[in-house]
Amino acid sequence: MRLTPKAATLLVLALLVALTPFFFPSGYYYRVGALLFVNGIAVTGIVILTGYAGQISLGHAGFSGIGAYACALAPTHLGLHPALAIVLGAALSAVLAYLVGRPILRLKGYYLGVATLGFGILVSMVLNNERDLTNGPDGIDVPDLGLRALLETWGLDLTNGQFWYFFCGLSLILGAWLALNLYDSPTGRALRALHGSEVAARTVGVDVARLKLQAFVISAVYASVAGSLLALQNKFITPDVAGFMHSIEMVTMAVLGGVGSVLGAILGAGILTLLPQVLTVFAEYEQMVLGLVMVLVMIFLREGLLPSIFKAIRGKGE
Amino acid sequence: MSDLLSVEGLGIAFGGIKAVNDVSFRVRAGEIVSVIGPNGAGKTTLFNMISGVYLPGSGRVVLNGEDVTGMAPHLLARRGLSRTFQNLQIFQSMTVLENAVTGYHLQERGPVLADLLGLPSSRRRARTADAGARRLLARVGLDRAAEREAGNLSYGSLKRLEIARALALNPKVLLLDEPAAGCNAVETEEIDHLIAEVAAAGVAILLVEHDMKMVMRISNHIVVLDHGEKIAEGNPAAVSQNPAVIAAYLGAENADG
Repeated sequence: MRLTPKAATLLVLALLVALTPFFFPSGYYYRVGALLFVNGIAVTGIVILTGYAGQISLGHAGFSGIGAYACALAPTHLGLHPALAIVLGAALSAVLAYLVGRPILRLKGYYLGVATLGFGILVSMVLNNERDLTNGPDGIDVPDLGLRALLETWGLDLTNGQFWYFFCGLSLILGAWLALNLYDSPTGRALRALHGSEVAARTVGVDVARLKLQAFVISAVYASVAGSLLALQNKFITPDVAGFMHSIEMVTMAVLGGVGSVLGAILGAGILTLLPQVLTVFAEYEQMVLGLVMVLVMIFLREGLLPSIFKAIRGKGE
Repeated sequence: MSDLLSVEGLGIAFGGIKAVNDVSFRVRAGEIVSVIGPNGAGKTTLFNMISGVYLPGSGRVVLNGEDVTGMAPHLLARRGLSRTFQNLQIFQSMTVLENAVTGYHLQERGPVLADLLGLPSSRRRARTADAGARRLLARVGLDRAAEREAGNLSYGSLKRLEIARALALNPKVLLLDEPAAGCNAVETEEIDHLIAEVAAAGVAILLVEHDMKMVMRISNHIVVLDHGEKIAEGNPAAVSQNPAVIAAYLGAENADG
């Protein structure tokens, strides 16, 4: 029996999450893995927006900021459980994405990129400047999710690193599953159609503005949930999460691995998450490396790493 | 028979130049009406106004009794208007089947949440559309290419794929912009038959085509444009004898001499 691309992707992700811990030299790598999965969730949202629908966002970190600070602030100020704070952040991100996207996505061209750039900067400024609420650039503590303690009472004793590794890994698989469902669904096909030719999509009845808006809102929720999980596992968050560099990082990860492919984009997230761990100088030159990666991919691997590799294999097979 | 499409005094100007001026005609159910004229006569511009891509500067477009002037293309699609493009508008990176399936968008679309969760209802909608698209591909002779990436197909095949996609909407009015361009004689004949078959099923067809033999063969009625104006109309025999038409095609001097 041949595996469908969807089943194959989910199988690879499941094996990755389940098996790599056996090769971890120390507990520290659970943290790296969890970070990789969080970035994977964010870039899966980019795949839906950019890979499926062909729209570009330069401010998606703004939604991660909202998700992260929802988990920092809602429990203390609103008395909400951190798990519900994730949902609140996602809902808030969805509403904001709708409000930003609705007027912009009626226009043709790359206005969404410009609008989201402004939006991301705005969120970042608010988080930096509203010191009374957010504690400004120094960052703020984030309460514990409490799920690990609950698991412990059920007899499942995980270290903090292990817990977040598996929790984020499962979340990533769930996120990838949703995105892959969308790909072959009526909505996904219409999104890919308007990406291919907007005028043709319109003539077959696709409400282009509405569908782009749906993709934008969905991808904002992915970014928001990624931000929430980042904040919760670190138990601390700074406004950097909403920064411009973080937005660019998300796009670069997706483009590097292959923005049209969920597994490809996650591979891109993996590479750019692991690179700073291996090369400590990376942190200093991050902006340069991201720029260089983007330029090289655009010149040599337009579709991204994974689709290019698949194409090369298929080319040899024929 | 009733008018399915009626164009009344339609006109548009780009930067002061009248690309189309005061053009009127109508297409009844089951009728094939061709628009001919030299390059730059305004044929594609006319198509773009009728299909909602351009907003007309003057005049009206009436579709099945409803004034649809300037209506967005996706709303026209819901009212039964469908078209193909002179310069192919194919979804290159999608498969041939997926391209044809997009024509079923209005039938297969549903709540985005159901599509995200892959609910049975979503998969059922997709499967029904797939089955319809496969039948249409068989009809235009592309069933064996269904799983191939559309970008790899020949020009003639892509022309037929566009027709299949347009037919998927089950249109009342079908606009075909040069369906036989770039096709060989055999392919042209196949497209001929297909168009005649669709018209016989009661669809009103408006055709722009440079292949005069094809136009003369299949049209019930011909509208001739030159410099954006309608200079003649009538049945194929009458139009081909019309001095103004001969002048427009061959140049004024020849007609005078």
